[in-house]
Amino acid sequence: MTTNLATRTLTVALLGNPNVGKSTLFNALAGVRQRVGNYPGVTVDKKIGRLTVDGQPFDVVDLPGTYSLAPRSPDEMVAVDVLLGRRSDVAPPDAVICIVDASNLERNLYLASQVLELGLPTVLALNMIDVARARGVQIDIQQLSRRLGVPVVELAAHRREGLDRLKHALAHVSQTSAPQPLSPLPEAVAVEVVQLSEQLNANSSAREETRQTLPRYLVERLLIDAGGYTEQVLLADVAQWTNRAAVESELAAARSRLREVGCPVPAIEPISRYAWIGRTLDGVIRRPSQTPKSKGDVLDRLLTHKWWGVLIFVALMVVIFQSVFSWAVPAMDLIDGGVGWVSGHLERLLAEGPLASLLIDGVLAGVGGVLVFLPQIFILFFFLALLEDCGYMARAAFLMDKLMVHVGLSGKSFVPLLSSFACAIPGIMATRVIENPRDRLTTILVAPLMSCSARLPVYTLLIAAFIPQRALLSGWVGLQGLVMASMYLLGILTAVVVALLLKRTLLRGPTPPLVMELPAYKWPSPANVLYRMGERGWAFVRRAGTLILAVSILVWAGLYFPRDSEQVEAPLAPQTQALTAKAESLAEDDPQRAEIEDELRELQNQIDAAYVRDSYLGRVGRAIEPVFHPLGWDWKIGCAVIASFPAREVVVAVLGVIYELGSEVDPGDEESQTRMTAALRSATWEGSNRPVFTIPVALSIMVFFALCAQCAATLVVMRRETNSWRWPLFAFTYMTTLAYLGALITYQVGSRIAG
Amino acid sequence: MLLSELTIGQSARVESVIDDGGLAARLMEMGIIPGIELRLIGKAPFGDPLEFELRGYRLSLRQREAECVTVAP
Repeated sequence: MTTNLATRTLTVALLGNPNVGKSTLFNALAGVRQRVGNYPGVTVDKKIGRLTVDGQPFDVVDLPGTYSLAPRSPDEMVAVDVLLGRRSDVAPPDAVICIVDASNLERNLYLASQVLELGLPTVLALNMIDVARARGVQIDIQQLSRRLGVPVVELAAHRREGLDRLKHALAHVSQTSAPQPLSPLPEAVAVEVVQLSEQLNANSSAREETRQTLPRYLVERLLIDAGGYTEQVLLADVAQWTNRAAVESELAAARSRLREVGCPVPAIEPISRYAWIGRTLDGVIRRPSQTPKSKGDVLDRLLTHKWWGVLIFVALMVVIFQSVFSWAVPAMDLIDGGVGWVSGHLERLLAEGPLASLLIDGVLAGVGGVLVFLPQIFILFFFLALLEDCGYMARAAFLMDKLMVHVGLSGKSFVPLLSSFACAIPGIMATRVIENPRDRLTTILVAPLMSCSARLPVYTLLIAAFIPQRALLSGWVGLQGLVMASMYLLGILTAVVVALLLKRTLLRGPTPPLVMELPAYKWPSPANVLYRMGERGWAFVRRAGTLILAVSILVWAGLYFPRDSEQVEAPLAPQTQALTAKAESLAEDDPQRAEIEDELRELQNQIDAAYVRDSYLGRVGRAIEPVFHPLGWDWKIGCAVIASFPAREVVVAVLGVIYELGSEVDPGDEESQTRMTAALRSATWEGSNRPVFTIPVALSIMVFFALCAQCAATLVVMRRETNSWRWPLFAFTYMTTLAYLGALITYQVGSRIAG
Repeated sequence: MLLSELTIGQSARVESVIDDGGLAARLMEMGIIPGIELRLIGKAPFGDPLEFELRGYRLSLRQREAECVTVAP
């Protein structure tokens, strides 16, 4: 073998239909040597992996799964642009691997026929060859390869079979010159494409510096995709260097000429391609004359059955949720314990001061508050990946579609919204399966209204403290449980109303059609599922991590500074010193000493509370107390709510500090909860002995938290998924407004009823 | 007759796909081409959407989409 030191890294694009095992192949080829980024302006991930075959390095570009290279959105345009070398951020591909499902060759060859028109060195990978064989399908590889003019390789990517053959075929084609483009479209179309091309590209040489041309394939698309997205984009494109009106009239003329010769666009494209597929596969593929009823069919009957299907779906979701909550608990405790351990150590290591406080109360508390939800997020991603990998996800959308149509969405929104009950982050990230941008955006915007698990500590604390334990309906329902359920219901109903409103106003548009493949069931591949879970989970950590850190530090600073010790601590200093001296004079085991230490701790808590009161955030809270008044809140609650912007459950800790209990409030711990409850119950309005917390106030806080968007991580993920700050800002504004109004109504109505 | 009018288990051959929006192109891309045979496999709870088999794979459409396709039994 000769080694060429100047070996250039070649670029290979990996393309295929959804559900054909493309990600499995990508991971098998690139292993861990992959980089994930994003294409600016779209939500498609840019995944590039490194592969070396016989010393020749390749960059493998994983393109999003698609049924056709006729783009309907900017996201779908990415694949076409990458293949045609029109993107500045990806090198033009030297070769293409087109992966197809061997057990579903007819439909899969549609995309392949478009790829073959690009005239790029191509390898056709017949994946799931094992499934096809098991069904008795026989494919004459040599004959197929001869007819297509490109190498055809059998593959079972999930078993890593055929990978070497594929790699060598890739190495081989990338050394050969590009094949002739193979177009199954009628001659009449080809002639029009050439003419249109000449007209478009003739004028472009007029100004050398702006010389641009439209590749043949895009001229064909411009001609065929009448009234579609591609037409719009390409017309806007060519308008930069040529007369748009002239092109439009030529287009219309060309289309009418085609109609006259019996080649109407756009229908002529699929008709010609499927006719070509029929000819290509004739004599190449042999199916058993009688297809045996497969296990998948029986399963499908059951899983999409009117009653059984729904029953199984509900049971499955219950099991998943149960697992998310129960499996996550040990890991969450571990993280909680770990964060506590680190902050304990830091406390001992560092002298008390701004640095220690920044690290412990700012960084650790803030990041720990989000970190603690990682187990839930990962477990949820695990189940989502599992459902997707075995082919059930599409069935769930199928089952729930009718229900979701009433809300103006489609079945594909159901699982993302359901996931949001555990955490909105995986829910929002799961909306990628929704191909309609308006539906997807609506789902993203209402997902945070589902009561996620971060709201639980808030609900639990307030319900335990203020809602009496009363049995209703002769003991079947408890009042406390009822209040908890109403909070969930409030979120759901609000989401329904908001979704309907959004779909009638901001995101109005025709109901998108449902054209959804129901992929064949298969055993999930553990590697695939774990990989996808890890990938999505880390994507969240990476993207949200820094911003959450920044927000946590900001809020910490707001609560810490100006820290005027002259003002706050000095008046209490003599008392502290006296108590310390007294404690030290007593023996270690003197019962009186413990008493004094308790007293000291309480004094310290008092000082902490006074610092919060004097902090910038405390001052803001007090200054805008009138804003919170109509909700029945004093400045302390208002301040705690503002401070909980990074994550909702932080409100519990901040209330703990403000109410002089220290920040270590754990709603799960009975003792600490009892202390917190007592403190909340005895809290009074400053300068009077009127209690702050009444049932209407507790309810108004709960309603606020049910509807608010106090979660920096959700907003960051929303920004990533929608590619702009506009939508998270919109979500924050509308949710905070709703939360405020909801709390206002609750308090005003509640306090009148309660008298 | 329309594709949406099939009974469960019934097969039919596609005659035409009619829609002036982008739907026809989309359905045809997925393989619903005049001359091809489709079979209604089942319906979701509440009667919508529908599950079809064609070209050896399963496709789900709503009643509305299925109404754009005329078929002959």
